Amino acid sequence: MALDSKIPNGPVADKWTNYKDHINLVNPANKRNLDIIVVGTGLAGGSAAATLAELGYNVKAFCFQDSPRRAHSIAAQGGINAAKNYKGDGDSVYRLFYDTVKGGDYRAREANVYRLAEVSANIIDQCVAQGVPLAREYGGLLDNRSFGGTLVSRTFYAQGQTGQQLLLGAYSAMNRQIGRGKVKMYNRHEMLDLVIVDGKARGIIARNLITGEIERHSAHAVVIGSGGYGNVFFLSTNAMGSNATAAWKIHKKGAFFANPCYTQIHPTCIPVSGDHQSKLTLMSESLRNDGRIWVPAKLEDAKAIREGKKKATDLSESERDYFLERRYPAFGNLVPRDVASRAAKERCDAGFGVNKTGEAVYLDFAAAIKRYGTEEAYVKGHDANDAALVTKLGTAIVKSKYGNLFQMYLKIVDEDPYVTPMMIYPAVHYTMGGTWVDYNLMTTIPGCFSIGESNFSDHGANRLGASALMQGLADGYFVLPYTIGDYLAPDIKMGEISTDLPEFVEAEKNVKDQIERFINNKGTHSVDYFHKKLGKIMWDKVGMARNAKGLAEAIEEIAALREEFYKDVKVPGSANEFNQELEKATRVADFLELGELFAKDALHRNESCGGHFREEYQTEEGEALRDDENFAYVAAWEYKGKPSDAVLHKEALNYENIKLVQRSYK
Amino acid sequence: MAQSALLNASILKKVAMALSGLFLISFLALHVSLNLISIFSERVFNEASHFMGYNPLIQYFMQPVLAFGVIFHFVFGFVLTLQNKNARPIAYAKYNGAANASWTSRNMIISGSVILAFLVLHFYDFWFPEVNYKYVVGNLPDANRYFGELVHKFHDPIRTGLYCVSFVLLGFHLWHGFGSSLQSMGMHNKYSRFLSKVGYGFAIVVPALFVIIALFHHFNN
Amino acid sequence: MKLTLKIWRQKNAQDKGGIVDYPIDGIEPDMSFLEMLDVLNEQLINKGDEPVAFDHDCREGICGMCSLFINGEAHGPDRGVTTCQLHMRMFKDGDTIFIEPFRAKAFPVIKDLVVDRSSFERIQHAGGFISVNTSGNTIDANTIPINKHDADKSFDAAACIGCGACVATCKNSSAMLFVSAKVSQYALLPQGKVEAVDRVLNMVHQMDAEGFGNCTNTGACEVECPKGISLENIARMNREYLAASLKG
Repeated sequence: MALDSKIPNGPVADKWTNYKDHINLVNPANKRNLDIIVVGTGLAGGSAAATLAELGYNVKAFCFQDSPRRAHSIAAQGGINAAKNYKGDGDSVYRLFYDTVKGGDYRAREANVYRLAEVSANIIDQCVAQGVPLAREYGGLLDNRSFGGTLVSRTFYAQGQTGQQLLLGAYSAMNRQIGRGKVKMYNRHEMLDLVIVDGKARGIIARNLITGEIERHSAHAVVIGSGGYGNVFFLSTNAMGSNATAAWKIHKKGAFFANPCYTQIHPTCIPVSGDHQSKLTLMSESLRNDGRIWVPAKLEDAKAIREGKKKATDLSESERDYFLERRYPAFGNLVPRDVASRAAKERCDAGFGVNKTGEAVYLDFAAAIKRYGTEEAYVKGHDANDAALVTKLGTAIVKSKYGNLFQMYLKIVDEDPYVTPMMIYPAVHYTMGGTWVDYNLMTTIPGCFSIGESNFSDHGANRLGASALMQGLADGYFVLPYTIGDYLAPDIKMGEISTDLPEFVEAEKNVKDQIERFINNKGTHSVDYFHKKLGKIMWDKVGMARNAKGLAEAIEEIAALREEFYKDVKVPGSANEFNQELEKATRVADFLELGELFAKDALHRNESCGGHFREEYQTEEGEALRDDENFAYVAAWEYKGKPSDAVLHKEALNYENIKLVQRSYK
Repeated sequence: MAQSALLNASILKKVAMALSGLFLISFLALHVSLNLISIFSERVFNEASHFMGYNPLIQYFMQPVLAFGVIFHFVFGFVLTLQNKNARPIAYAKYNGAANASWTSRNMIISGSVILAFLVLHFYDFWFPEVNYKYVVGNLPDANRYFGELVHKFHDPIRTGLYCVSFVLLGFHLWHGFGSSLQSMGMHNKYSRFLSKVGYGFAIVVPALFVIIALFHHFNN
Repeated sequence: MKLTLKIWRQKNAQDKGGIVDYPIDGIEPDMSFLEMLDVLNEQLINKGDEPVAFDHDCREGICGMCSLFINGEAHGPDRGVTTCQLHMRMFKDGDTIFIEPFRAKAFPVIKDLVVDRSSFERIQHAGGFISVNTSGNTIDANTIPINKHDADKSFDAAACIGCGACVATCKNSSAMLFVSAKVSQYALLPQGKVEAVDRVLNMVHQMDAEGFGNCTNTGACEVECPKGISLENIARMNREYLAASLKG
């Protein structure tokens, strides 16, 4: 099957407008006869469910949490990009488009990214109209901050809780539709399979997580907005429940899975503290606006710090190595995430790490506190040479910008980041890969759409900070509502789809069989035992730096672990009750397949790009070395029974507007 | 909807409690002022009491309003407390209320109940005899009897003690009640913070004055 | 650290339930409270017992999924944190720790420590929104300047994570802090003023219908709120409600 990305013709700047002008529309009366299932209620799923219901479709929305508001989009901290150019610093749709493609290391589809940049400004208008309290300046206008990989200030924010505020905005829009009966909300439900009738997605099988009941739900189209698969690493910044099951189930039913190896390792997370660790906590990228990243310049100082003989504050300026500022003078601490992560790993591998495990670098706010404090002292007419006063004033400013993050750090690490530098280390954060979709956001299964982090489309091999929120909301508010109408237009006379069709019966039986198998397995190890083992293989061999040997080993090890899992996993309790271990088991079963495909994809991609770093392919300075001649394509994998048999399909990436060059942030 | 919700709506109940409470607070201020006179001048006290006892406006308008306020505040207080208890049918095995709220705020029903018990005693002591004197027996007005009756009541150390304990509980009730009523009516700013402090002062001074008056008459006569 | 856990176990909504004691050893001060429960559950599973069910998701204090009434306090003894951010260094070796579900008539227990907070959802459905459709043609975000002071206060109210600690901790199981946070967020913004009257009436009506208790201004909610939502919001809602009642 050849991949057709269905990119409209014409100049990139006109594609979306032309496309919208020529699609099929469904009239309002007919929309009432069409049902749409939305799985996942984060920024993408939530905004899509609300907008589709506003348009008149009957929406059924599913989330595994007890409320749509808890989707993990809520944890996004720093901000959302939009090409508003409110600062007058030269921003434009083209520049946002360009930065995103470049930031993605030239592995994203131009047309999609341009559309994303184009609708970005609408998102801000929409959110403000919804009552999202974005940060403002004293004049009453919206404020911006800077994020990595850009030279303009285009990031809108709400303290360190931008994701929360935007999600609550989408949630409020959903609530309005739930109140009107246009969205039927299924909380504490998990999609466990997709139902395909006559080659088209026509429903899902879901488990009511409270009663354990297996339910059939039909619709004319199914939208997957279930997020990314970072939890394949066990330890990540994702929520404990974040899972790839919905995305993986549609993959097994025929949706191609694209670029699984593109996974973002976020540079600023709180380091692992011990074996008990259940998840990692992100410290927003926005901290790199003001924080300076460093390690000791001398190995003996690093050793002394690890042994507790010296403290960070004991080292003078000349004894510190601000390695990002040293290596990338133009972007400094604001290089893209993949670059910052690798640089930190490089220093730690070389022995300069600063915590007990040697896997941490400093993120220091002393300079920012001094800078802000001095400025404030002038503004308020105090003595700018009074060091104690400057520190006090500066601390207050830093607190107003990042207070919640600093408090979070204090609670976890038990050290005050206003006084001593934070310790940070990279951690798995976001997955750029995901289900392959065409320009319409439809997967290779007709009628099955994938939006937000669960698709692969906009970020290439690396996502820039504050772009995930932008993409999720763009897909849900402004893109899918058009494209899905075009797909549904021929279905207006179909009427409701029966859930008694044999396809539903069969899918339900498969789900029940899998659940019975887990319950009756009576093995010896808990689900977490296997999940942690999988995570360790992934982090050690498919993590920040990969090589052919390690990847080949990982593929074998994961396959073996999967076999062991099915033989030996122990799931207590029964199928017909609230059973959290069972929930985990069905999710980990999918991670055990996805992990293998992930490694396979990483092994096949003989280049380094963005979040995918192969040790064999780097420049002399240790930067990622792309191979545009052989790998400027999207790797879309077709499921064929097991991950090792997956078949590769290539979608060539044609760059008509941007010239491919080696990424440089120097 | 709003109309039918009158006094069913939780917020309106709050406001009703606040308003009746504030009204009773104003009565307390009047009451303590009058009582205070008894320390300084038997004559003035008798005159004031006589005025209060025979002024038709006070007797036939203010007194029923006050009675209504008292009954309303008590009945509503008990009803709300019951409703609130029902809002948590299964109690916590361990509940550390002191960790996040003051004793006075958590135990308005206790301080309120003590005040109610006190009122029963107080009515038995003063109001029933008064009604008996005026309407049952039908004695003629005697402008000079009040001070003597007052002093007589405070002979008994047990009664004086009960009064004093009740006044302390009244202080607790006022301590939370005053600021709380402002919050219930939607005041939460620098003025309400100031007024709350005034309220704390009131909660200490007024009950303290009542105690002093009781003790004064107990020991002085 | 060695601890004795006294945990509420309840098989399902119909079960009566009760406190069960679990001794546990080898707990490190750097563990989060939920990681401590992970350790317990791993031990229970290995022994062939049923693990303790508890809600949790993001484990970074923002999703509002985790709950737990720990030693008599919502989200435990620390301040400004959710249970997932509570660390074992807040406890001492040898401590006995009571772990109970958030309790209120409006929060029925589903299993063990998991409660049903859908009453919060229904309150939001009643009016927790601004009625604006997605169009791409809404006015430019900077058309209406908003006083920074109001925008900041609106944000502070909007920071509510809907965890239910306010209800759980309130001696009256009142949901006023939760509802007032949403009402305030919109009441402070020009976009929210349009529907202010209906919003506050409808949301309070739904809140009352769900069986929450009445607010008696003890202030416990504000103290236990992981996001420090201010009582000022309750006062504002009282004001809004009174004004709306007079109009409506």
